[in-house]
Amino acid sequence: MAYKIIRKKVLNPQIFLMEINAPLVAKKAEPGQFIILRIDEYGERVPFTVADFDREKGTVTIIVQIVGKTTKDLSALEEGEEILDFAGPLGMPTELEGLKKVAVIGGGLGTAIAYPQAKKLHSMGAEVDVITGFRDKSLIILEDELKAVSDRLIITTDDGSNGVKGFVTDRLKELLDAGEKYDAVIAIGPLVMMRAVCNLTKGYNVKTIVSMNPVMIDGTGMCGGCRVIVGGETKFACVDGPDFDGHQIDWEAALNRQKMFKAQEKTACESGHCRIGRTNNA
Amino acid sequence: MPNMSLKKNPMPEQRPDERNKNFLEVTTGYTEETAIDEAKRCLNCKHKPCMQGCPVSVKIPEFIAKIAEGDFEGAYQKIKETNALPAVCGRVCPQETQCESKCVRGIKGESVGIGRLERFAADWHMSHVKDEITVPEKNGKKVAVVGSGPAGLTAAGDLAKRGYDVTVYEAFHVAGGVLMYGIPEFRLPKNIVQNEIDNLKKLGVKIETDVIIGKTIMVDELVEDMGFDAVFLGTGAGLPSFMGLSGESLNGVYSANEFLTRINLMKGYKFPEYDTPVVVGKNVAVFGGGNVAMDAARCAKRMGAENVYIIYRRGREELPARAEEVMHAEEEGVIFKLLTNPTRLLGDDEGWLKEIEVIDMELGEPDESGRRRPVPKAGSEHILPMDTVIVAIGQTPNPLIKKTTKGLDTNRKGCIIADEKGKTSRDGIYAGGDAVTGAATVILAMGAGKTAAEAIDEYLNN
Repeated sequence: MAYKIIRKKVLNPQIFLMEINAPLVAKKAEPGQFIILRIDEYGERVPFTVADFDREKGTVTIIVQIVGKTTKDLSALEEGEEILDFAGPLGMPTELEGLKKVAVIGGGLGTAIAYPQAKKLHSMGAEVDVITGFRDKSLIILEDELKAVSDRLIITTDDGSNGVKGFVTDRLKELLDAGEKYDAVIAIGPLVMMRAVCNLTKGYNVKTIVSMNPVMIDGTGMCGGCRVIVGGETKFACVDGPDFDGHQIDWEAALNRQKMFKAQEKTACESGHCRIGRTNNA
Repeated sequence: MPNMSLKKNPMPEQRPDERNKNFLEVTTGYTEETAIDEAKRCLNCKHKPCMQGCPVSVKIPEFIAKIAEGDFEGAYQKIKETNALPAVCGRVCPQETQCESKCVRGIKGESVGIGRLERFAADWHMSHVKDEITVPEKNGKKVAVVGSGPAGLTAAGDLAKRGYDVTVYEAFHVAGGVLMYGIPEFRLPKNIVQNEIDNLKKLGVKIETDVIIGKTIMVDELVEDMGFDAVFLGTGAGLPSFMGLSGESLNGVYSANEFLTRINLMKGYKFPEYDTPVVVGKNVAVFGGGNVAMDAARCAKRMGAENVYIIYRRGREELPARAEEVMHAEEEGVIFKLLTNPTRLLGDDEGWLKEIEVIDMELGEPDESGRRRPVPKAGSEHILPMDTVIVAIGQTPNPLIKKTTKGLDTNRKGCIIADEKGKTSRDGIYAGGDAVTGAATVILAMGAGKTAAEAIDEYLNN
């Protein structure tokens, strides 16, 4: 069985959205969960967070940033084409029950992953402040979508090109200093950003949930490649997470593990299996 | 007149210094002449001791007699009566502790090469006979099989032959379970497994890949919403154990599951033709002494590692791996550091593994398993430079099904509790294989799948 791409939308030069026909996954998906896909016979199994889902249509949306071989090859696929494997939903849904006031922080692509959480919280009647950060104005994504599901939306850029200069942590600090009391902060983005948010919120004693996205193969607890050290214990992001208490994460170990296949990723991009015209370079 | 040679006909195989550089099958199999010669070593004992050593009671003297007569297809059909996967079992069964351990010829000299003959018959069939499969008449009842490893495939085949409408659910993108992701190509070529799966499909078995039972579909939904009359859980023991040593999350440290899955299932040995990479350094240590450890070590050698060590805390006699795997690993240049145990893993500032610290062990009093307990020798710690570590100390069942299925009892180790027929604490739900026993062998899982299929048949007819 293959999985058809129903809709594709380029969000910025590096990020695109794909809505994929996967009725069984759509039926069960919840915010915080992820899927694993494999483009074709030669493909790697790569996890992507569920960005949205439509149970009636039977579709699941993922938002992808072009960072390596699989994401680049995926970006070359168009509406109507198919992906060979698409399995999920995997991982535990984010625990949103009982949260009344939440700050949702998204960094870059993390914004896409934070969107379903904000949407669900909003629908549950919680007060939602969203802060998202991008390198510059041209990279801003999901502005309208987030506006619709938040009480306050703050978009900040590293270079100030959208009129608000600084990091997400600067904006969050302003809100916390102004006396905003959050039941939880949900931070999703690059590891360094999530670490910075956690370092900040620790001082204010605000519970902070982060979403880890390490390399994995099966997504069901089998390979152990996705191990994360949380509170001194080894956890598997695929089954114990991907959400964890950000104040308990060993960030240094997590940052190091990200480098495990870096050199090979470069090789794959330069001389790997070429999907354009479905020929094989290697 | 039986062939009274004290030795088995040797198995033709690739030269060790050649095969440790490729992933082609190590052993190439008996020729027809050799098979007949070996078959003639069987004395056709009246009390058939060999059969008692076989978990699925293959009619061993009968199939061997057919080979001796030159009726190779007849031999295959004889095996097939009780064993769904002869080509697999002939290659991966631990014959030396099963059928061959009971062989009368083994008392004085070597036992008959039962495994080699089983493989010969299966391979001969595959290359000479096109399977003509007739789809059995359906009895109108539906059974779901969860997991497509040896237990699930056997249960599915047996149930389909009895007329059940069988659907197999597999979490990965291909069926086969450990036969696909765990056991390497050079020991069990994947086309053999695929052939068995294709035959199941011809029998009418439906195989749904990319479906994780306990996530995509719950066990209760199978029964309540999807109309399955019974469920067989053959979910294996897929959760890797780590040792809890400091440094286990350093880069360069794999679970055997991850390492082998990258290589076997994802074809990482063909990177970058295939997208999935495997990083293997110059010095590789594999922790553990079972078949999985041997597979990992031999894969590492083939991936270009210069020095590959098996680090095992007990002695040679205690190695749980098949004798043939240990021998092959040694021939291929794997270095055995026995009575040695790792104590910690040391990395550089960037988080990459650089060294391991190990300690010498000695054997003390026997423990509950009857094996002598290894005890560390105080002060014998020493450092070995190491780039890659593969932890192969065992697997436990995945908790996913247990967590999402109410009323399904499991034991302290997370294994599903089932009686000798595979019946669990939930009516209509059966289980077998590693999911019940913890990590064991292919043939035991197949035996459990077979027994459970019989029990399900009985249950659905009452």
